[in-house]
Amino acid sequence: MLEAILISIATAATPLFLAAIGELVSERAGVLNLGVEGMMAMGAVTGFGIGLATGSPLIGALAAVIVGAVFSLLFAFLTLTLASNQVATGLALTLLGLGVSGQIGEAYVGQPGVRMGPVFLGLDPIFWFSLVLLVVVAWFLFHTKPGLKVRAVGDSHVSAHALGVPVIAIRYAAVAFGGACAGLAGAYLSLVYTPQWVEAMTAGRGWIALALVVFASWRPVRVLVGAWLFGAITIGQLQIQAMSLSTIAGFAAPLDSIVGALKSVPSQFLSSLPYLATVVVLVLISRNRRLALVNTPACLGQPFVPDR
Amino acid sequence: MIALDKRPNPSALYATLSPFIALALTLIAGVILFLAIGKSPAAALYAYFIEPLTEGWSLHELAVKATPLILIGAGLCIAFLSGNWNIGAEGQLVMGAIAGALVPVLMPEFRNILTLPLMLCLGMLGGALWASVPGLLKAKFGTSEILTSLMLVYVAQLFLDWLVRGPWRDPAGYNFPQTVRFSPEATMPAIDYASGRAHWGFGIAIIVALALWYMLARTRRGFSLRVTGQSPRAARFGGFSPGRTTMFAFLLSGALAGLAGIIEVSGAIGQLRPTISPGYGFTAIIVAFLGRLNPAGAILAGLVLALSYLGGEAAQITLGVSDKIARVFQGMILFFVLGCDTLINYRIRLKGASVSGTAAVTPAATVGPEQKRDIDAAAGAVPEAGRHA
Amino acid sequence: MLSVEGLTKRFGTLVANDAVDLVITPGEIHALLGENGAGKSTFVKMLFGSLRPDAGIIRWEGQPVSIHTPAEARALGIGMVFQHFSLFEALTAGENIALAFEGGGTGHGAIGQKAREVSETYGLPIDPDALVGELSVGERQRIEIVRCLMQDPKLIILDEPTSVLTPQEAEKLFETLERLKGEGRSVLYISHRLDEVRRLCDRATVLRHGKVVTHCTPSEETASSLAAMMVGEEVEGFSRTASSNHASARAVLRLNGLSLPAASPFAVPLKNVDLTVPAGMVIGIAGVAGNGQGELFEAVSGEVLQNDAGMVAIDGTDAGQMDIEGRRALGAAFVPEERLGHGAAPAMPLTDNLFLSRHGTDSGSFTGTLGNILKGKLKTVAAHISATMDVRKGAPDPHASALSGGNLQKFLVGRELDREPLLIVVNQPTWGVDAGAAARIRGALAEVARRGGAVLAISQDLDELFEIADAIAVMHHGRMSKPIPIEDATREKIGLLMGGADPDHTELDEVQI
Repeated sequence: MLEAILISIATAATPLFLAAIGELVSERAGVLNLGVEGMMAMGAVTGFGIGLATGSPLIGALAAVIVGAVFSLLFAFLTLTLASNQVATGLALTLLGLGVSGQIGEAYVGQPGVRMGPVFLGLDPIFWFSLVLLVVVAWFLFHTKPGLKVRAVGDSHVSAHALGVPVIAIRYAAVAFGGACAGLAGAYLSLVYTPQWVEAMTAGRGWIALALVVFASWRPVRVLVGAWLFGAITIGQLQIQAMSLSTIAGFAAPLDSIVGALKSVPSQFLSSLPYLATVVVLVLISRNRRLALVNTPACLGQPFVPDR
Repeated sequence: MIALDKRPNPSALYATLSPFIALALTLIAGVILFLAIGKSPAAALYAYFIEPLTEGWSLHELAVKATPLILIGAGLCIAFLSGNWNIGAEGQLVMGAIAGALVPVLMPEFRNILTLPLMLCLGMLGGALWASVPGLLKAKFGTSEILTSLMLVYVAQLFLDWLVRGPWRDPAGYNFPQTVRFSPEATMPAIDYASGRAHWGFGIAIIVALALWYMLARTRRGFSLRVTGQSPRAARFGGFSPGRTTMFAFLLSGALAGLAGIIEVSGAIGQLRPTISPGYGFTAIIVAFLGRLNPAGAILAGLVLALSYLGGEAAQITLGVSDKIARVFQGMILFFVLGCDTLINYRIRLKGASVSGTAAVTPAATVGPEQKRDIDAAAGAVPEAGRHA
Repeated sequence: MLSVEGLTKRFGTLVANDAVDLVITPGEIHALLGENGAGKSTFVKMLFGSLRPDAGIIRWEGQPVSIHTPAEARALGIGMVFQHFSLFEALTAGENIALAFEGGGTGHGAIGQKAREVSETYGLPIDPDALVGELSVGERQRIEIVRCLMQDPKLIILDEPTSVLTPQEAEKLFETLERLKGEGRSVLYISHRLDEVRRLCDRATVLRHGKVVTHCTPSEETASSLAAMMVGEEVEGFSRTASSNHASARAVLRLNGLSLPAASPFAVPLKNVDLTVPAGMVIGIAGVAGNGQGELFEAVSGEVLQNDAGMVAIDGTDAGQMDIEGRRALGAAFVPEERLGHGAAPAMPLTDNLFLSRHGTDSGSFTGTLGNILKGKLKTVAAHISATMDVRKGAPDPHASALSGGNLQKFLVGRELDREPLLIVVNQPTWGVDAGAAARIRGALAEVARRGGAVLAISQDLDELFEIADAIAVMHHGRMSKPIPIEDATREKIGLLMGGADPDHTELDEVQI
């Protein structure tokens, strides 16, 4: 029972973690990409479609990684080369991603997809890969020279440029990494979490991932903690919803009244818990302004146009 | 490589042209798109963008769809211009619709001349209250309004879903998830019943957009909003409190989204259902940017985006393309608009040579002055606007 | 070692450098002199590979070179210490140093060790593990210099290095430079401080409007002959007139134990600041950058409110809880340090920027009954201000960002003085402003005091304060010294206070009010 719950929490947490760790790198380089939801949707439809076509969920996931990265380059071109507003352009990427994925996915509605099964301890390869990714990203950012350059570019693009650090090139790379991770996160949804295609199946997870980065105050390990917290909330509310259908009878008598009370809560209210939790978490984090100010990359969201 | 040169003053020419260039680029992209899916671009673009304008009833439909887009888009102009990223208008629309529907659903017997005005006021109140949450959190704690306002969209939609499936479901409605149909007194009157569905909400939207334009361009309140968005520190120096400006922007844009919501259900739908908007609140973001954040511009932009919805439906019928393609077009419009806006503040220069700062370390090469000048003459052939005395 | 011929750089129609020539020999300290905007920064950015020249030849040790990136400049042996430091506040000193080097180190290993060695050799103490955001300006400059020296450069470029130092810190810097010269390294020393240049530099190149005016030997020139070369015309010196009636003057601004916690992690808290600005006087506030001057300005202006209304009193009224509009209504006017983005909205025309600080004053005469803005009236007043302050502009109502720094500053000072305020508080009145505009602004401020108003001028430019102030107080770490009457003030005394000497243990005379 507990094992099953842990596995389902891990499965719910993984797409959030993947999308958030990619966005973290992008934001560490000073680029706020609000297009995570759109990139995830593109990844989800690509992973599903390619997985179905090739019969290999692995190839589907790889394709989603590539599509996510390429799609994010649209955003990068506008914000980095044309110095457009990052907030507005990120919204545009989300709207475009949801639109394009809906259009492409039209053919897949109702089709059963391929599923990436568990390989170890009941968990799938992408989950294990995500843990490796955490170690790699944390090591990269804080113990390598290129990682130092990423942080430098996010802290002061003017100083970085003066020292000859290639600001724009580093930001392109960081955005593409974010796109690749979001693509993989999307593919996880359509290949592991619920192996099917539903329009807008990302259901706001891209936005929650953005909130997770703030929650984690731009620290990789805390992103994992946050993702598990949200995974637990998601699974918790789903469990309660499911309980009304079955399995409750087996519980001990003293719990009956609580379970009964929970059962009477409308499912819509339970479904809104992850979203409300996001709001609450954001408020709690932002109340600690000092913490927020120290950790926020100083150039986050600011366009950079070098003199020549 | 593309390089940008900052203009000494923003170009008034491109400020006007940029939305049109963006629309032209969207059409070109549309041609490529239709070619790619094997449809005749000419027929497709005709079906998409021209056909809906040729018939009376579809002009009515255009007004119906443009109404919420203009109302919300004009409000979002105010929010975005003042630096408040309210992207939760879709949720505020839903809450406005719910609040306005309190009257016909809970007091179906309250039927007189005041019914509709009361509904509209409640709709604005509902939208404003829902928007006040991210506004207040931003003003008080500095919480990112982008994420909070967006999260509340999902909550509002789930709340509406619960209402129409639960307590507000029409008992005589064969278990369909919908409320009772609104009485005639609770319905936005049509402009001309004989020719189509367009209702007076369209008139309200136009008047609201023009009033907001005046406020923004000509009054002290409008000034405070503009200066806060451009230069928050200068605004504070001018004595305009950032918190108050944030609250004003959220309450106003929320109220207008709520108004759009109640007008939509009382004018176009006639009851509450689980889904009352095909994403008007999000499409209105595109309206605001296509209208260059000018509420008067939002009128035109709202009509263009309304056309994209109609075109999507028309294309589905005549071409057999999914109406989802409307979303693709809408996304492309916003992308191109944002890209073209760069022309307002920068000159774009194409450079052949490697660019300092992004080039890898290369051995110090020697370039003589003559050779150098040739490269630059070839690369920098962009006409100067000739200002800067 | 380095010779430059015909170096030219254009920005749009502006020629920032017009055929600049310059020669530096080994072991020479070469001054690059010029006013703000004369093209000094553009020139060194081209030498350092941050900007690409449009024409001209740079010869390094006799060979023509083309420097595309700072990395290439460093590889040649050119090092640079920036004016507005190119440091990263969120990174450690060691990481900041590592970023300037190719290769894998992140500043915790070998590079940190080498930094320690270099800093000890040259007497420039630094801590590689300290977060730069928490360091003082002087400490930050040491990091920049150490970073530069670790590359073993043959030519070191220093851009206005003493503008952020106390006179005593500057002395130490000069010692370091003499030592580098002794090692056979060359220094390109950019400054507009003529006394320093005359003392320190072997040769000088003077730039004006992007062109070389002359090459000269500074020790053979006088400060005024150098100034004349820089400015090109005799700048009308501002002549002090003795302030009239010290004794009887009433206090227009009074700070009573003004304290303010730091608003952000890297800000400076104000600690128990007491100060009186009487009518008819100019009180100057000296201090090294980042010692609470910005915080003081925001507290006095009302952009940040006080906990206790009595902490700030304007014309006898407790104003600590009033916002900036309330304080303006009491007769105060404010000119902040940053012109673009604080004193003015860059992308708004001058009329809008006039409205920015005047919409609530002048009995609301710029707005109609519906809150509508009276544009015609704004235009008239803006034109009047431009005429009075000699604001030169290319269009009738240009955006603030289209004006040069000096002209915009004249407009912003004129905007406030046009109201004939009782009190004007100015932060860095002539920072980055050409000499002509600076003289006009200083004259206008003195005029306020002459007609009985009070002036509080915060400035890092000691020469400026000695020119206009009747008394000078010094800020250090958020504390304020007692004001020293100008008759008793010396650069040494002020310099000691700027460096943090305890005002209670130095023998300073209080200003008698």
